[in-house]
Formats: sequence, C-alpha cells, structure tokens
Amino acid sequence: MTHAPTRRAALGATLGLIASPLAAPALSRAQGQARLLVIGGGFGGASAARFARTSYPELQVTLVEPLTRFVTCPYGNLLLGGTRQIGDITHAYDGLRAAGIRILHDWAEGIDAGAKRVRLRGGETLSYDKLILSPGIAIRFGALPGYDEAAAEVFPHAWVPGDGSQTLLLRRQLEAMPDGGVVGFSIPPNPFRCPPGPYERISMVAAYLRRHKPRSKILALDAKDAFSKQGLFQDGWKALYGDMVEWVPASRDGKVARVDPAAKVFETEFGERHRLDVGNVIPPQSAARIVLGSGLAAQTGWAEVDPRSFASKAAPDIHIVGDAMNGAPMPKSGYIANNTAKQAVASAVAALRGEAPPEAVYFNTCYSHVGEDYGISIVGIFRPGAGGFVEVPNSGGVSPRGDLPEQRRLEAIHADTWYASITRDMFG
Amino acid sequence: MHLSHPLGAALLATSLFAAGGAVAAGPAPLAAQGCLGCHGPNGAGIGSGARLAGREAAELESIMRAYRADQRQGTIMNRIARGYTEQDIAAIAAYFAAIR
Repeated sequence: MTHAPTRRAALGATLGLIASPLAAPALSRAQGQARLLVIGGGFGGASAARFARTSYPELQVTLVEPLTRFVTCPYGNLLLGGTRQIGDITHAYDGLRAAGIRILHDWAEGIDAGAKRVRLRGGETLSYDKLILSPGIAIRFGALPGYDEAAAEVFPHAWVPGDGSQTLLLRRQLEAMPDGGVVGFSIPPNPFRCPPGPYERISMVAAYLRRHKPRSKILALDAKDAFSKQGLFQDGWKALYGDMVEWVPASRDGKVARVDPAAKVFETEFGERHRLDVGNVIPPQSAARIVLGSGLAAQTGWAEVDPRSFASKAAPDIHIVGDAMNGAPMPKSGYIANNTAKQAVASAVAALRGEAPPEAVYFNTCYSHVGEDYGISIVGIFRPGAGGFVEVPNSGGVSPRGDLPEQRRLEAIHADTWYASITRDMFG
Repeated sequence: MHLSHPLGAALLATSLFAAGGAVAAGPAPLAAQGCLGCHGPNGAGIGSGARLAGREAAELESIMRAYRADQRQGTIMNRIARGYTEQDIAAIAAYFAAIR
C-alpha cells in the first residue's frame, strides 16, 4: 500500500471490510448519516451503543432506556451478602452521552419493523436504518401460581434489578429475619437469566447468615436436577457453611408449584408446604414485552436470531442481543450480551455497506463468588454453526475441583477485575 | 481488495497503523473484543487483568500457545486459550501489539 491510510480505512479493515480509504465513507454517502437505534441500556445495549459510536464515527447512535441509572444484576448477590452497597453496582449514562450518543430515557412501546420505526411512550417516533434490540427479560407473572406483582413485594425476585428496589427489599428482609430462621429459594427450570446466579445468591446469603445468624437454614427448592457449576458450588457450601444449605432437586420434590405470600409458604409439586421466614422467588421468564408485543419472539418466548449477525429471523433489520435472544448453548450472561452486541453492530454496519457479517467468535466467562476469597468460574467459547451456536470442542469448562485455596482466592480477585473491566467497556 | 478473514484483516490493520503512524486502534476483531471484559479498556490492563496493549505480538502469541498446550499454568487462561485457533491468536496478538 502506498497511499496514506486513513483511520477509517483501518477501522474497516479490522472488520473485514474493503480495505480502501474510499470504502468506509461509502456508508455515509449512500445512507446519509446512517441511524443506529439501540433499545435497552444494559449489558447488551450499552455495549452496542458505545462500540458503535467509538468504532463507526459516521453512525448516528441513539439509545432508548427508561431508567436514568443502570443497576447491574451481576454483583447484586454481593449486596445481599453485605459486601457491596447499591452505589457500587449502579452506573450512570454520562460516559455514553459524552461519547456522542443521544440518550432518551423513555419506554419503547412498539416497533413497526416494516416502516422501521419505533414508538416511544413519551410520544416521539424514531426512524432507524438498523435497530439493535437488547431489552432483557420479562418476568412471567402468573406462570408460577400465586406469584404476581403483589407477591413480589413479599417474596422479592430481585432478578430484574430495575432501580435496585427489589434487591434492597430482599436485603432488608434478610437483615430483619431472626437468627434460626429459614430462607427459601424457588429456582426455575431452564432457560433463565444467569444460570449460576441462583447458586451464587444462595452462597452469598449463606455467608451473611453464617456471620450474623448462624442458626439459620437455607432451603433451595429447584425445578431442575442439575445446575451450573454444581459440583463446585456444593463443595464450597459444605466447606464454608457446613449443613446450612439444603438443595432439593426436582426429583426429590424440589419443584415449587405454588407460592402463598399471605402464609409465607412455598408449596411443592407433591403438596409439601414449606413455611419460610424469607422467600426469594426466581420466577419463570421470557424475552421482554417489547419483543413479544412486536411479534419477534418464537413460541418459546425467546427471540430466534441468525447466529452470525443476530438479525431477527422475523425482521432482518432488527438485531436482537442479550438475554431476550435464544443463544443456546450460550448462557444468558452479561459477558455474552457484551460481545454478541459488538458482533451485531458490526454485522448491521456490514449490511448497510452491502457486505457479509464479519467472522465471529463469542466469549463467555461467568465467575461466581461462593464465599469470601472463594471464587469459581465457567468459561465458554462459541462460534456460529449451520443451525445455531456451537461451543468450540475441548475448550472452556469449569474451575478444577479439589482443595485448591489459591485457585479460589485468585478467581475471587479475577471476578472483581471482570466487573471493573466490563462495566468500563460498557459505560466508558 | 476484499478481506473476509480476521487474520488478514488484523494484519492489514497493523500495517496500516504502522504506515500511517496511527496512535489509536480501531475496533478489535471480535476475538480480541472478548479480552476486553477482563483486560481493561482496549487491553490497557486493570486490577488483576494483565496489560495486553503495546506488547510484542510474538510474546502474546507465545503466551497464548503455552496456555493452550498447558505449558504455562493460568487461573482460567488455559481453558480460554483452547477455544482459539492459530489464526485467532495471530489476530488478537497483532491487534494489541499495534496499540501504542
């Protein structure tokens, strides 16, 4: 190459686009200033908006997010354990605004995929060239008999953090509980947001109880017979908390069939009624309402997408990322939302330029805290395949089992590093 | 000139940066984006996440290969490195090496 390359050409080159300084500006000439609209300001949406704005300066990026601050699901369990405060897990959008992203704190009420328009509750209608949809999950109130919005004030879910009030409510209930009380967990069948999340939560609640209310018990009622990092969690519970944690699988009548908030009871499939002092219902879930209401979800309640571009199978100009999308066998995790969001943006830009989506590889690590200085992890690397997402054989996996205190200590430190790093990547 | 492979693309990006004397990096290939969740803004390092930016490509490649072959013991990097091809590793190393 003899010409003096532009930065923009280099940007195009890294994404596998035409490596000529004339190529990238073609997007601007052909499209005017192409409009990328992002719905949802969490791990998927914030990552998409910031990546788009910093990588493709020619894009006009708008982010629609109802809340003015984002409370992360990750590390919410540490708030329950008492080692984090709400401010530690709350993030403002100032960095994204400063990067030149237009941010509208409003609800997206409906998507007209044909006209490529989104209607906001506040009355505005936004047109887009490409839409990145990352609205997260909705709780299927009513799917578990007895569990409705009112019940969530007695038995908090704390699974969609919103403004943090659900997580704080659960923390207050734990603080108010007498020593010797029973904390119950109702854990749903797959798929749900954050597969190891319920078990990290059990661990962090156990850590709190052991220190402050050591005669208390944890009763974890599960609709499954196996769970993420199961051996590692159970080793940790035994080592750190003795017999405080009782986990009951579905095959031993662990599936909660009904909750009774007035009596503070979880009732299992075969009719056993467990009276609780504090109850945490991790409820059945689906993609967020905007996905269901716009006809973008399959019968399963989750959105089906192309595994390379994340284009919706129902509307090709809408790329759906984050927990709303069926990415199995990838987990519904913040890390997957973060890096699939970038691939979705790169693919949307490639499509605007008439190019194929770039090569893809998706990376996930989920750390869980089991106790103080005690972390474990699961790693997964995935690629698009003919029929969906495929995990790379002989890669990834969980931490080694055994009495490995240095491994556990380092993973707890790395977990904190992950939180610091990924939230910087999302919010600047 | 079409480039559809991240290796070629990343190498080209490297040569462009070198020729143009660019300081800032463009978007990492997606393989390298995966590193940013733990290794700080653009691989600058953060907490216990080692700095990747500005290190020699040959050094980064040899570390990744050693993890992959279990010749070097990491906390989680051995499990991670096994998910990446030679071409991915070259692209990742070239990207971070080009950041000045």
